Amino acid sequence: MSINTEATPYCDDVIQKFTIAAVFWGVVGFLAGDFIALQLAFPVLNLDLEWTSFGRLRPVHTSAVIFAFGGNVLFATSLYIAQRTCRASLFGGSGLGGFIFFNFQAFIVAAALSYVLGFSQGQEYAEPEWWLDLWLTVIWVAYLIAFAGTIMKRKEPHIYVANWFFFAMILTIAMLHLGNNVAVPVALFGGSWMKSYNVFGGVQNAMTQWWYGHNAVGFFLTAGFLGIMYYFVPKRAERPVYSYRLSIVHFWALIFLYIWAGPHHLHYTALPDWAQTLGMTFSVMLWMPSWGGMINGLMTLSGAWDKLRTDPVMRFLVSSVAFYGMSTFEGPMMSIKAVNSLSHYTDWGIGHVHSGALGWVAFVSFGALYYLVPKLWGRKEMYSLKLVGVHFWIATVGIVLYITAMWISGIMQGLMWRAYDSLGFLQYSFIETVEAMHPYYVIRALGGLLFVIGSLVMVYNVIKTIKGDVADEALASAASGAR
Amino acid sequence: MFKHHAKLETNIFFLAVGILLTIVVGGLVEVVPLFSIESTIEKVDGVRPYSPLELAGRNIYIREGCYNCHSQMIRPFKDEVERYGHYSLAAESKYDHPFQWGSKRTGPDLARVGGKYTNEWQLRHLINPRDVVPGSIMPGYKHLMRPLDYADIAAHLKANRVVGVPYTDAQIANAKKDLEEQVFADPASKPAVAASYPKAQIGSAAGKDKVTEMDALVAYLQVLGTMVDFSAITPEAAKKMNR
Repeated sequence: MSINTEATPYCDDVIQKFTIAAVFWGVVGFLAGDFIALQLAFPVLNLDLEWTSFGRLRPVHTSAVIFAFGGNVLFATSLYIAQRTCRASLFGGSGLGGFIFFNFQAFIVAAALSYVLGFSQGQEYAEPEWWLDLWLTVIWVAYLIAFAGTIMKRKEPHIYVANWFFFAMILTIAMLHLGNNVAVPVALFGGSWMKSYNVFGGVQNAMTQWWYGHNAVGFFLTAGFLGIMYYFVPKRAERPVYSYRLSIVHFWALIFLYIWAGPHHLHYTALPDWAQTLGMTFSVMLWMPSWGGMINGLMTLSGAWDKLRTDPVMRFLVSSVAFYGMSTFEGPMMSIKAVNSLSHYTDWGIGHVHSGALGWVAFVSFGALYYLVPKLWGRKEMYSLKLVGVHFWIATVGIVLYITAMWISGIMQGLMWRAYDSLGFLQYSFIETVEAMHPYYVIRALGGLLFVIGSLVMVYNVIKTIKGDVADEALASAASGAR
Repeated sequence: MFKHHAKLETNIFFLAVGILLTIVVGGLVEVVPLFSIESTIEKVDGVRPYSPLELAGRNIYIREGCYNCHSQMIRPFKDEVERYGHYSLAAESKYDHPFQWGSKRTGPDLARVGGKYTNEWQLRHLINPRDVVPGSIMPGYKHLMRPLDYADIAAHLKANRVVGVPYTDAQIANAKKDLEEQVFADPASKPAVAASYPKAQIGSAAGKDKVTEMDALVAYLQVLGTMVDFSAITPEAAKKMNR
């Protein structure tokens, strides 16, 4: 994979923009998350204003972290990687890239404002109303053109494995977005422009929603970020990908199996049993290709494990893959109906999502950003690798607090709901189970706060790097010849 | 096998076709039969489209993001049936566009909250939950005391009809009148809205001289889970339901 970077003038101004946006929206999304976490611990923080209630702010948090932070990371990395691995400059150049960039940022602001002002489709992770959905479709098609166009311009005969994952992500998200958001606007009948009704209702809507919802996780937050792993882990480790064959097998198995997993969000509901059983079966099978990806990522470090000790950027990347392995074991386990009967509707689900989102998605993003920023602004390395290490440890402690608090509160609440006393009555009223959650909600908010603080350390480090500053400790190690 | 893979990874069209074929299968198998297998939705009496006031209330429920903390899906477990009532049927949400089954119970399930509390309780609880449930962590919704904007309510019914909710022409024509009547009519006078939408709760929750958002939301909450009369279902009838 030695490519002559001098030969092709890459279009990197767009990548720079997406990188800065990713850092910015990351902080916004983490802050929003921690604020709503505090609302659950201290309800007075809802402020009794319509715009600041948990119900309206939670979609702001989920959209900000998934689509704004995750989306900008994906745009930045995929378009950076596609150019390098194809030895081709970005198709459409800064014009098309800028179109995608500015429209996407404006879309994010408009979507967040719309939730706060009370416009929502009422489907998780698909809250934007119909006109926002149409706008996003235009942006996504432009992205598809920029990405696929760059691939078609390539000077390398082979399409690199990272690009398979990005390409599958782009195509699948397009299908899911269009399939889940078919809605009839009230405006067609002379009513409000801000409201529509989904063509699917009840049980069919439940199925299409979780076909969409679980694969937003499976493709946006998994396949896309595996693409990131497949470029930045080998580059940073300066080792080739462990197994080419494994990457082929786990790529096709992953994208085939993921699509089936949606019904595990609907266990024991009014969704027919046959669909639940299919969802469970495929979710359990999904464990294998997921770990295929984990093994391929981790084993790429063969012969370079010492970097884990010396390079905090590598530590982010490798830990993210470890978290990926952990959550992709936990997920299949929770999709088993007997386990799900306890875990569903509780904080265990929230903990699971965050071990994936913070541990895997955010950590692999941080690793990629710390790799990208010096490259994009022509610096040798980040301003301070020591601060990268500080970020790593603060964020890791934050995640551990977060997910352990949610494991305990989730399992405890699930058990309290089903507890009977010696006379055969339900032992706890619902509100008693809510009150029991309080200490864990405080711990969770503390974990989230640490994660926010870590991200602010990153902001400082990124700003200093862009300005061209070099920390004293980096100068010292450069003088002594150490890496 | 790996030799042939080179064709996919050297041609973006082959790769695109390969990906598309791979990702459509699961969705086709899991989604399409839900529209054709008849037993998916039980044949059960009583489930009707929402009255205009209930529909407006449902839209407030969605607007405020209630689904982020409340499920509307009782699972067939002993503890859930004892806590909330009969487990939920698919038929009970067949006119829900979108469905609001939810995925988290930060607060309790609401699938059968209808009739469990008085309007007075619902009003006080929504304005400040801690007035009636001291340990509650739910936000207060005092802004719902403002007037409801229902000028385009008929358009909402029409849009629902397009997606499959069987509103009649008369129901659409009377949408505005039915909405106001459900708040202001005397329940004893047998208003037309009660005939058109059986079990609709007549009366004002907020007690204002205009229809408020509170009236709409409470009307929606009060009908939840009440449409099907489970006491009328015998084991024989239940067998037929699932056929």
